[in-house]
Amino acid sequence: MELPADVKKRLTLPFEEHFYAGHTACQGCGASLGLRYVLKAYGGKAIFTIPACCSTIIAGPWPYTALNAPLFHTAFETTGAVISGIEAALKAKGYKVKGEDGIMVVGWAGDGGTADIGLQALSGFLERGHDALYIMYDNEAYMNTGIQRSSSTPYGAWTTNTPGGKRHFIEQRPKKKVIDIVIAHKPAYAATASIAYPEDFMRKLKKAQTIRGPSFIQLFAPCPTGWRSPTDKSIELARLAVQTAYFPLFEYENGKYKINMPSPNKEPKPLEEYLKLQGRFKYMTKEDMEILQEWVLKEWEELKKKAELFG
Amino acid sequence: MPKKVVSGNYAAAYAAKHARVEVVAAYPITPQTSIIEKIAEFIANGEVENLQYVPVESEHSAMAACIGASATGARAFTATSAQGLALMHEMLHWAAGARLPIVMVDVNRAMAPPWSVWDDQTDSLSQRDTGWLQFYAENNQEVYDGVLMAFKIAEHEKVNLPVMVVESAFILSHTYDVVDMPEQEEIDEFLPPRKPLYTLTDFENPFSVGALGTPADYYEFRYKIAKAMEEAKKVIKEVGKEYGERFGRDYSQMIELYKTDDAEIVFMGMGSLMGTVKEAVDMLRSEGYKVGAAKVRWFRPFPKEELYELAKNVEGIAVLDRNFSFGQEGILFNESKGVLYNTDAKPIMKNYIVGLGGRDLTVNDVKTIAKNMREIIQKGKLDREIEWYHLKR
Ligand SMILES: Cc1ncc(C[n+]2csc(CCOP(=O)(O)OP(=O)(O)O)c2C)c(N)n1
Ligand code: SF4
Repeated sequence: MELPADVKKRLTLPFEEHFYAGHTACQGCGASLGLRYVLKAYGGKAIFTIPACCSTIIAGPWPYTALNAPLFHTAFETTGAVISGIEAALKAKGYKVKGEDGIMVVGWAGDGGTADIGLQALSGFLERGHDALYIMYDNEAYMNTGIQRSSSTPYGAWTTNTPGGKRHFIEQRPKKKVIDIVIAHKPAYAATASIAYPEDFMRKLKKAQTIRGPSFIQLFAPCPTGWRSPTDKSIELARLAVQTAYFPLFEYENGKYKINMPSPNKEPKPLEEYLKLQGRFKYMTKEDMEILQEWVLKEWEELKKKAELFG
Repeated sequence: MPKKVVSGNYAAAYAAKHARVEVVAAYPITPQTSIIEKIAEFIANGEVENLQYVPVESEHSAMAACIGASATGARAFTATSAQGLALMHEMLHWAAGARLPIVMVDVNRAMAPPWSVWDDQTDSLSQRDTGWLQFYAENNQEVYDGVLMAFKIAEHEKVNLPVMVVESAFILSHTYDVVDMPEQEEIDEFLPPRKPLYTLTDFENPFSVGALGTPADYYEFRYKIAKAMEEAKKVIKEVGKEYGERFGRDYSQMIELYKTDDAEIVFMGMGSLMGTVKEAVDMLRSEGYKVGAAKVRWFRPFPKEELYELAKNVEGIAVLDRNFSFGQEGILFNESKGVLYNTDAKPIMKNYIVGLGGRDLTVNDVKTIAKNMREIIQKGKLDREIEWYHLKR
């Protein structure tokens, strides 16, 4: 398809679509937007592995697929292992893996399938040094089974197994820092990204394509269904998560940290702005919010220090 | 034909090498470990090219990595045992469901607790409903031949299902014996490179494997596997015959019959214990017993037709099970009784549970069983249907 002349000027993302209409995501789904960007980045020259998660459904039931790329649906906890096997097979058969003209091997898994049940396979994948990319799309709960907590669910969040109410039975533990666990493996490349900053995400995807060894991207992907947020607020929420430093954008490469915030000199916005747009935080008390705010800023300081020391 | 004195495990490793496997993903467990060690050695010594070895972090991942590799078109191999096989269970369904011709050697080992590393068939038989074909080897030669045939059968266009080659812990895995191995060129002729049903490298025509199957379609997917299992019987016999013609060892029978032509009593079982049974048959014959042995080589697909033919002409079948399904009976006994129910062959059948967790089954034990069977046949009535043979009371 030819691009209208005026569009060309503004567009920085590849125009070609490889994620088709007819997928079955909810309205305003951040994950599906993320998947669309990944497909754009690799122009259909990627082999996808998707475990049990919302994306299994989003991709479409047999005999349909919304992805213009080969896709293997696998068991919940196996993403790291299956992409290892695919990469090994490509090498055994003499295919070029990665690079501009090579094949990208991409694992696309939710936070549950990554931070919880799939952590072991992820660790194995990273530690063995396979030439593949693992993307964890982080919607902060098990959405596919109906919004249960994962270890990536933040403090204070309502989910169906931390339902709030009189006994204050909301999530009591801080969000697991999966990216830190990943970095502890000394991968070739690790980064956080957000669907609100597609250019940044695209750049990171391109980076993963050129670098040897395992890459990992944790992509922040709001879920209006699970977050009890308006369907037209997903991008705004993803942006606020970055602006409040709740989910800062950074990269790790060769032992070095690099923060890539859109407005590097701005102080983080108050977290409340982010929290109040979402029904899932409605059981939080004032103190809860303060606890979470304090935690976020402490983590942010820690990250800045890392970037300073290992920049 | 080159001969090597090797353990059952080395026989498996050589067979994988000679089959020119492209990806091996495996996790160590006693008594399987020396299979994957040997394969690593082949790589280290430069004896194999284009073999990717993925030292995964668990058996679950071993099978998952084999699945990824096989879906990408590679010939994939792994090996495990007992707890490792149980950990793989979920992915065994996945391999069969995705129609991937992976070959795995399972070293039959008893399930814990109590911890045990010795022979017992319950680990592999617990996987019987996963859609894997299962071949039980009696000796090291059969381990070797079994692996080579397994690839050819698994990859056959009418089958496209994974195959498990089963050998017993220590009795085969760590015991050395002479094994005939054909020349590599002869093997290459028998087993050409894999032609996959599909591969994930097809970017011109991208598709998804394993997507959500709604009630409108799931059923048909299962039916196709059921059909492939039936087709596999023919393929097994053809490949077994071809193997015999090329290499001199015929595997065209799914049940190997030993002196059963005029037998009144037949001992039926699987795996290494059948070596002992054949020995006992020879001795019993010299003592005037009309006995024979029926070694079930393929447990999946189950050789119903061959069993029926055998059962028509015998008076009693002693089924020796080195396994047990709690709450019911020995698994081979259970399966074979089921096969005969709707036929007019009705020999007396008795189930002997033997050698669980690696306890020996000796020639004398088989003789005692023969005497017991003869009494039963003379009386025309079972003393009991299931006997836990040599149980300490
Ligand atoms: C072994 C196993 N246990 C449980 C499930 C059920 N299950 C399917 S998807 C899912 C949650 C997925 O959550 P996540 O990875 O966060 O992705 P999301 O659904 O949020 O996109 C669960 C628990 C399963 N498929 N397999
Ligand atoms: S539940 Fe959430 S993650 Fe899942 S499809 Fe809907 S919006 Fe997307």
